[in-house]
Parts: sequence; C-alpha cells; structure tokens
Amino acid sequence: MSMPQVFFAYFAVTMVTLSVLVVTRRNPVHSVLWMLILFVHIAGLYLFLNAEFLAAVQIIIYAGAILVLFLFVIMLLNLRKEETEKRFQKQWPFSVVAGIVFAIFLVLIVKNIAVLAPLGPYTAETMKSEGHMMTVGTVLYTEFLLPFEIASLVLLVAIIGAVVLAKKRIE
Amino acid sequence: MVPLSWYIILSALTFSIGVFGFLARRNLIIVFLSIELMLNSVNISLIAFSHYLQSMRGQMLVFFIITVAAAEAAIGLAILIAFYKNNPTIKVDEINLLKG
Repeated sequence: MSMPQVFFAYFAVTMVTLSVLVVTRRNPVHSVLWMLILFVHIAGLYLFLNAEFLAAVQIIIYAGAILVLFLFVIMLLNLRKEETEKRFQKQWPFSVVAGIVFAIFLVLIVKNIAVLAPLGPYTAETMKSEGHMMTVGTVLYTEFLLPFEIASLVLLVAIIGAVVLAKKRIE
Repeated sequence: MVPLSWYIILSALTFSIGVFGFLARRNLIIVFLSIELMLNSVNISLIAFSHYLQSMRGQMLVFFIITVAAAEAAIGLAILIAFYKNNPTIKVDEINLLKG
C-alpha cells in the first residue's frame, strides 16, 4: 500500500472503532468525549481531501461548540441513575440487523463508484495557487449567496427557539 | 492514491453505526449524538465527491449541513431540557405521552 492508503486505513479503522464506542458507551459523557476524538479524525480526513476551511470549521463548530453544548446539557440533567440501567431498548437485536443490512446494501451499491461527470475547475493546484480561503469565499459569496443568507436566518431561528424553549416560565 | 469508493464505504459504515445507535439506544442524548454521527458521515462523502469531481459544491453543501446541525442540536437539546422539567426522564421508551 502506498503512503496515502496507509494513512487512510488508519483513519478508517479508527473512525469506525470510535463510532462504535460512541453509540455503545453507558455514560453519555464518555460518548461525547469519544465523539470529540472522532471529530478530530474527521477533520484530519478533510485535510486529506483538500478542504482546509471545513477542517477548521469542523474543529471549531462541532468539537468546540456543539459538543460543549451536549456536555452542558448532560450537566444540567441528573443522570446518576442512568448508569445502573439498561443501555439498549428491548428491540436492540433488530437494530443490529437493520444496521448491518443497511451497511451491506450501501457498500454493495457504492463499492464500484467512479467519477464520470466532467471535472470542475477547482483542482488542488489552482486552489493552492489562489488560496483555499479565497476560493471558498468567492464561491460562497457569489454562487451560494442566497443559501448563505438563508443559513443566517436558520441560525437566528435556532437562537430564538432555544431561548424560548429553555427559559423558565414567568407566570 | 486513495480510490473514491473507499471514502464512500467509510461514510456508509459510519452512517450505519449511527443508524444502529439511533434505533437501539434508550438515552435521548446519545440518540442526538447518533444523528450528529450520521450527518458527519454524509459530510465525509460529500467532501470526497467534491474533491474527486474538482468542484466546490460539495464543500458548500457541507458548510450548510454544519449550520443546520448546529441549529438542530441547539433546538433539540432545548426541547430536551424543557421536557425534562415536566417529566424527569430522558429514556426514549418512557417518553410516551402521545401513546393512545
């Protein structure tokens, strides 16, 4: 195997293992911490795929914001008695079967996938010469300007919704 | 050179693990974490396609998926806290107020 393939194999094995750990740990804090390591690995994979901006966003938003939010919510709830109870629902063997069948179908579908469409202009060399942030910014503020504004609206709704839902009722 | 299909298979496997966690776990927080895991596996496949097609659209889609995931986590956890105030449990099989 060549060097990139060895790196990819490391990332793949680690990520699958970490995913299994995330969904099977009893203590939610442990799950969140394994998820943190998983997100760092995903960011490393993004660096492989010529997406530096999204690797940074992955670390800052997912690892820095969303997982901290999860940890705060776990802190607010009293989960002491969870640790002695059953982890899985009673239909969990069917869930295992569903997951395995789903994985087999997906792998059978995508295992021979190849790139056929005409290739775009953003090769690794052009992005390196122009600068990755420059490329991302140009595309984001021209071709994707309307979705970008709608994304800001989605975030506004999320802010207001979270405050309204979680605040204490004042009678 | 790593083939495109390897990335997509990795994405499929992590997505399936997320599906299993979503269906099997009783703890609502870990159900949310499984949703985040599925979103991330989709992001991996989109960025892989974006790289191999030499297009920026996949990366832009991932940017918006991350935005929506952040909004979803904030709203979902707020609903969880609001529910926990009325009914102190976060087990999905005990949250059955709508059952007839």
